[in-house]
Amino acid sequence: MNAAMPRYIAARLLATIPVMGIVAVVVFSLLRITPGDPAAIIAGDSATSEQLEQIRQSLGLDQPLYIQFPVWLGQVLSGDLGTSLISGVSVSSMISTRFGPTLALSTSIILFSIVVAIPLGVIAAWKQGTLLDRSVSAFSVLGFSMPVFVTAYILVLIFSIMLGWLPVQGYRAPADGLWAFLSRLILPTLALSTAYIALIARITRTSVLEVMGEDYIRTARAKGLRERAVLTRHGLRNAAVPIITVIGLGITNLISGVVVTESVFNLPGLGRLVVEAVLARDYPVIQGLILLFSFIYILINLVVDVLYTLFDPRIRY
Amino acid sequence: MSMADADIEAADGLLAAESSPLRTAIRQGLSSGPVMLSVGVLAVITLAALLAPLLWTSDPIAIDPATRLRPISPEHWLGTDAFGRDVYSRVMYGARISLLVGLGVTVTAVVFGMIIGIVAGYFRSVDSVIMRFMDGIMAIPGILLAIALVTLSGASLLTVVVAISVPEIPRVVRLVRSVILGVRSEPYVEAAIALGTPAPALLMRHMVPNTVPPLIVQGTFIFASAMLAEAAMSFLGVGLPPEIPSWGNVMAEGRAYFQLLPGLILYPGVLLALTVLAINILGDALRDALDPRMAKRL
Repeated sequence: MNAAMPRYIAARLLATIPVMGIVAVVVFSLLRITPGDPAAIIAGDSATSEQLEQIRQSLGLDQPLYIQFPVWLGQVLSGDLGTSLISGVSVSSMISTRFGPTLALSTSIILFSIVVAIPLGVIAAWKQGTLLDRSVSAFSVLGFSMPVFVTAYILVLIFSIMLGWLPVQGYRAPADGLWAFLSRLILPTLALSTAYIALIARITRTSVLEVMGEDYIRTARAKGLRERAVLTRHGLRNAAVPIITVIGLGITNLISGVVVTESVFNLPGLGRLVVEAVLARDYPVIQGLILLFSFIYILINLVVDVLYTLFDPRIRY
Repeated sequence: MSMADADIEAADGLLAAESSPLRTAIRQGLSSGPVMLSVGVLAVITLAALLAPLLWTSDPIAIDPATRLRPISPEHWLGTDAFGRDVYSRVMYGARISLLVGLGVTVTAVVFGMIIGIVAGYFRSVDSVIMRFMDGIMAIPGILLAIALVTLSGASLLTVVVAISVPEIPRVVRLVRSVILGVRSEPYVEAAIALGTPAPALLMRHMVPNTVPPLIVQGTFIFASAMLAEAAMSFLGVGLPPEIPSWGNVMAEGRAYFQLLPGLILYPGVLLALTVLAINILGDALRDALDPRMAKRL
């Protein structure tokens, strides 16, 4: 860490404000600038005029845009994401009740991917050009290309239907027992990790390969360091920056996979909530979720940028 | 910002690659085994899609309640779905829709991304406004933005293509902008500026051609990810209208009967994976051929 670090973090924080602003404008305009009456879009074809009027009032759609936006933004900034048109529950409380399964799934995917992919990438780099290396590369391309739901159903077919080892779908909170909780996370984690393992293993392999050609690696070997120490202590650590970038990128892209995976395995998380809200045209909920996920995206990018400077002191801003 | 620097660096690499003629690079890069195989797979799938009516298919939307959920038989090569429709025919016609979505999204994203990218890279006064706006769109998860756009504008082939294109545009914009910025400081472009070349000629003759090789690479990846996005959205019931036989819709209808007939999901699913795999292998090879710097890194 260097002296300029706090200033860099402050500047980086400030830079997120315009991006957040643009996100807010886009999310706000999504409903308002689409052709047609937004209330009618939300209510569907069979709505009565009283229902339309009620929706207009509850969303403030009867006001001009220049009044709507500041009011809406003020509410969002104070943490008020509105109320569901269907259940009448506040969007923020819906999000907090559905947060658990998504957090559990995302955490297990990230941990599992890192634990599998980094050794895989390092070994592939170490055994460069061998069958092992080429298998890892082949798996990487395959991992990107498999649609999550196809992987998911193949896993269900093998492990739940044919072998009967794991539950087909559902979710249990950790309080219901550790195995009940974990057994229902295994298949969703495997299904969605494939793509991330592919991504992280691939970038680990290339970054380690690149670093292993450096002079300090030759020095480390020349001074008699064992190969494993050379690989991990000098190779992997210096290859960290691109690997962290890809992990960060993976986390930000997790949401689209989570939406699909939670639907396949019937996990009552935020991804499933997105689909429910869209099918029910529950606009405040959709809007709140888009804002939440965009906020997480911006936050993770910030963390990744700050981590760069910690892992690679050569980077100065 | 670090990301912008990385863009410019990447663009420098691409420019270095540009010195060798495009065609030679492609020819050299495409001669490996997996790549030839991928080209073959794509050719077969494209032909099957184009010639679907001639390939022993029946009407992909004809409902027959008498033959619901049948297994594989001589009449129905891949069985029938819950409405008694012939799955083989639906999968063959589905290839048309899935490829059409991929193509439509690629063309839309590249055309709009190119125009906005050129404006941002060439007219410095609007650059930061455009790029902040693009950052904002990139911060919204693509599939959420696409789903919201389809829901609000009504599900149809056109709205799905537009909705999947919108989140792809910022990436194209960043690429095109970084190439334009990289070229601007090249001596031959500075010479052209000094000679008083008018802006349209400067852009079309010296700048836009440089964006083509990286855009070809980016385009293949957009194509693949658009096919996946359409399938995921239709699968969730928030994409194409259910009566359109796309691979995603065939799989969506198979969800409820997975234990009985896993093929309803697996046949279109494996075809989709195979197509996307072939496109990705092709994209990797094109990138390696057109951009030796990236090839070394990945």
